[in-house]
Amino acid sequence: MIEFFNRLFGRQSSSATAKERLRLVLLSDHLALAPDLIGDLKRELVDVISRYVEVDRENIELNFEQREKVIAMLANVPILSMHPATRANGAKRSGRAPDGTKRPRRRRKRATPTSNPAPAT
Amino acid sequence: MQELKVQEDAASAPAVTKRGTAIVVTSGKGGVGKTTTVANLGTALAQRGAKVVLVDADVGLRNLDIVLGLESRVRHHLLDVLEEKVSVDDALVADKHSAQLCLLAAAQTREKEDVDTEKMRALIATLAQRFDYVLIDCPAGIEMGFKNAVAGADEAIVVCTPEVSAVRDVDRVVGLLGNRFRPRLIVNRVRPQLVAKGKMLSVEDVNSILRLPLLGVIADEPGVIIATNRGTPLALNGASKAGAAFRAIAARVAGEDVAAPEVAIPPQGLMAKLGSLFGGRR
Repeated sequence: MIEFFNRLFGRQSSSATAKERLRLVLLSDHLALAPDLIGDLKRELVDVISRYVEVDRENIELNFEQREKVIAMLANVPILSMHPATRANGAKRSGRAPDGTKRPRRRRKRATPTSNPAPAT
Repeated sequence: MQELKVQEDAASAPAVTKRGTAIVVTSGKGGVGKTTTVANLGTALAQRGAKVVLVDADVGLRNLDIVLGLESRVRHHLLDVLEEKVSVDDALVADKHSAQLCLLAAAQTREKEDVDTEKMRALIATLAQRFDYVLIDCPAGIEMGFKNAVAGADEAIVVCTPEVSAVRDVDRVVGLLGNRFRPRLIVNRVRPQLVAKGKMLSVEDVNSILRLPLLGVIADEPGVIIATNRGTPLALNGASKAGAAFRAIAARVAGEDVAAPEVAIPPQGLMAKLGSLFGGRR
């Protein structure tokens, strides 16, 4: 309730800030990746995908989620169009809708890069 | 040392049945209430009739004795026992309030590196044959002292306060412990008024990150400081909410299914909500 009002007024409680900061720092602790390396990962991932399809770089979402045993990486990459070179022979797929406007496609990629830190001895 | 020899013999003759459970109380971060938890949980378990020994593994920074009010009775300590200078029985200090409870104090003028991990493990196993519960007060940090404190334990209790630093450290410690110790969580020093105003992480917030079985919640109350001043654990105080919370934790450790939230978060009135929207830092 109070969070709702705070969102309405564009303000976040310090406990909500604490929770969000913790979520992010533990993520980077568990991945053993510094926050700026996560940025690098995102950039390089997009570069690879861009070799095959044209992606909407502005609207890419890359999130990590703590699942029961593993951390899951969830990427939401809007695809603007296929590069002609990557289309299969004779395929008629086009990034454009029948009315000629660009039609973003959404693809979801999943990966589970690391499990929880192994117990040290 | 007599008991350790018994243990060595036991290794060759596997007929000895283990009686008690060794539980290490740890947190990573210092000052979150490990020692207070050990003193109160031990007191509450003893009040329930269990035979309990408290082992202060914080070598060099001995404190469990003073929190229990036993500082004047300590003659020998953990390292004397590990180095076979005295027997376990000579080093155990009987509690003031309960004949069921005793303490093995830490050495004050030695270092954590002086503890032999294997001997520590054997000592805890020996104690677990004689007591229902062996509670080990772990030092802060994740170095040698932590490793020695954890060595002989069967289970772990992690103590956290609703602060980002404490949560991060508990997360790290739980990662180091792995699955073997089935760590359970105590959230200490919760201030319900602050939680209600969104100025403090709630128990749910903390555990949405840590995801551990919740053993108990203890509200911050001045009584904790007063009890430490006097050397009389709050678990003995029938009027204290924190004391009741420790008794409930003891019941859960003993396997009872005690529900009931121990720290109620006061509902915020509409005026307080509006007030907090328009003024003040959150």
